Amino acid sequence: MTEPHVETPATGPVSKLQAELDSGKFVFTGEIGPAKGTNVEKCLHEAEEYLKHTVTAVNVTDIQTAVMRTGSLSVSHMLTDRGIEPVYQMVTRDRNRLGLQSDLLSAYCLGVRNVLALTGDHVSMGDHPDAKPVYDLDSVGLLEAMSTLERGSDMGSDAKGNPNVLDGVPRFFKGCAVTPCTEEVEPQIIKLEKKVQAGAQFVQTQAVYDPEAFERFMEKIAHIKVPVLVGIVMLKNAGMARYMNSSVPGVFVPESIIQRLVKASKDDKQKVSIDICGELIQKMKHCCQGAHLMTLGWDHCVPAIIQAAGLA
Amino acid sequence: MIVAERKPLNEIVQSLAGRKRVLVLGCGGCVAVCCSGGEKQAELLGEQLKLAAQVACKAASGGEEAARGGTAAPGGKVEITVDCITRQCDREFFANMKHDLKDFDVVLSTACGVGVGYMTALYPEKVILPALNTTFYGANVAPGQWQEFCHGCGDCVLAWTGGVCPIARCSKSLINGACGGTNHGKCEVSKDMDCAWYLIYKRLKELGRLEDLRKMRPARQWSKDRGKGVRRLTHEELMQDTEVQK
Repeated sequence: MTEPHVETPATGPVSKLQAELDSGKFVFTGEIGPAKGTNVEKCLHEAEEYLKHTVTAVNVTDIQTAVMRTGSLSVSHMLTDRGIEPVYQMVTRDRNRLGLQSDLLSAYCLGVRNVLALTGDHVSMGDHPDAKPVYDLDSVGLLEAMSTLERGSDMGSDAKGNPNVLDGVPRFFKGCAVTPCTEEVEPQIIKLEKKVQAGAQFVQTQAVYDPEAFERFMEKIAHIKVPVLVGIVMLKNAGMARYMNSSVPGVFVPESIIQRLVKASKDDKQKVSIDICGELIQKMKHCCQGAHLMTLGWDHCVPAIIQAAGLA
Repeated sequence: MIVAERKPLNEIVQSLAGRKRVLVLGCGGCVAVCCSGGEKQAELLGEQLKLAAQVACKAASGGEEAARGGTAAPGGKVEITVDCITRQCDREFFANMKHDLKDFDVVLSTACGVGVGYMTALYPEKVILPALNTTFYGANVAPGQWQEFCHGCGDCVLAWTGGVCPIARCSKSLINGACGGTNHGKCEVSKDMDCAWYLIYKRLKELGRLEDLRKMRPARQWSKDRGKGVRRLTHEELMQDTEVQK
């Protein structure tokens, strides 16, 4: 087991992800979702087999879609044990500011450096709809909390009203999300500006299937100087594509892509899906700094997608 | 106004199990306006309870009594009486009850939770049961429809949100703008629910005040919203009759 407590220098990149984005290299990140249950070996194995040598860092989802499962922090830590750099996803749905700040310190102690701040799908979307939604902080507030911890304090104060002083100060590479192809993009941009003002240093986007819309979005955020990794979600079949159009906010899959999946034979579907991802990256790589690959269980396709993008 | 809705009859009947003399007490305040707990609704509930008591009585003894040629008395063994006062959140109106509480072993209040709780504090020797579920602070937006507009968070933000409350009307009570779940102006929770932050954005844009949206909003002081327990309002200049301040 590797030593979890990694001392990072006071300046310079805190993670490989930050260093590679700083260097100007086109960066890939992947994503895994912990199991519902204690059997996390499968997702760890897939990360080792297909992601470790192909992507720079691997996002670990945090109770994704509000469906209860093993937590992001423990699996992020297990990835560091295996020499894989995690992006610890953190949603504000399930913990108040005490829990969030404490988990951030814990994450740092466990060697986790990249943190992606998200609001999180509402509890009513998941399998515990009667749970109490927390949302003590929003994603902007979580980024501010991280920045405050990095300054050696926290969101509270002592009995005299003075800022608390941390005994040991963390440093993170702080990320956020944005939906670039939503129908009303101005409020998205305003919120992204606030996230960056609160400390966000990189952006991973919601799924994009419309390179022209994405390019227009990137032009509109040219004033925001943080690297953007475009979100690429594998479309497993036409039904999934149509579902995304009808039900996933801010995602638009053009009919031309849906038709390619309709026409693909059963044996050919995966290949077509890989090709679609590769082509999307090829078309967008000139206007962004990386791609975040969300393969939804088809982790074995990651090397082929990078190959198809011409970036292997 | 406070909006409330009637509990299912079965739940009310179960809560009254074993009670013999029931006073159904309506409230002429908010719950009368939203047609859930005013005089009419209290009378209707009284009739429903009488019927339920008859049915229960027949079910319990009907078979044997029918064999002996007897019938269950109307109303069964439970006496239901209905009354209504102007408001159950003000001490003075309880003096207007037409009945004496001593004659009842339980009060079924059709007020909001404030009425039930306050009456319990005023009459600790009595059991006061709720007939309603108190749901939200809302307005009558269309005939027969009430909608939530305020959450009573204790720290009003409407001055900079274009009059649209994100605490009450954003399903996540966010304060810095829409989340990724905003979808063609609707919330991810339901296609029938407006995204409050979409409404706020549109309104501020109309007003030429998008700066209000751009401004960073620090984490909220939830201590003003239940965080420190029971909330109180004190107007010292009105505190002459300390007895009432209980």
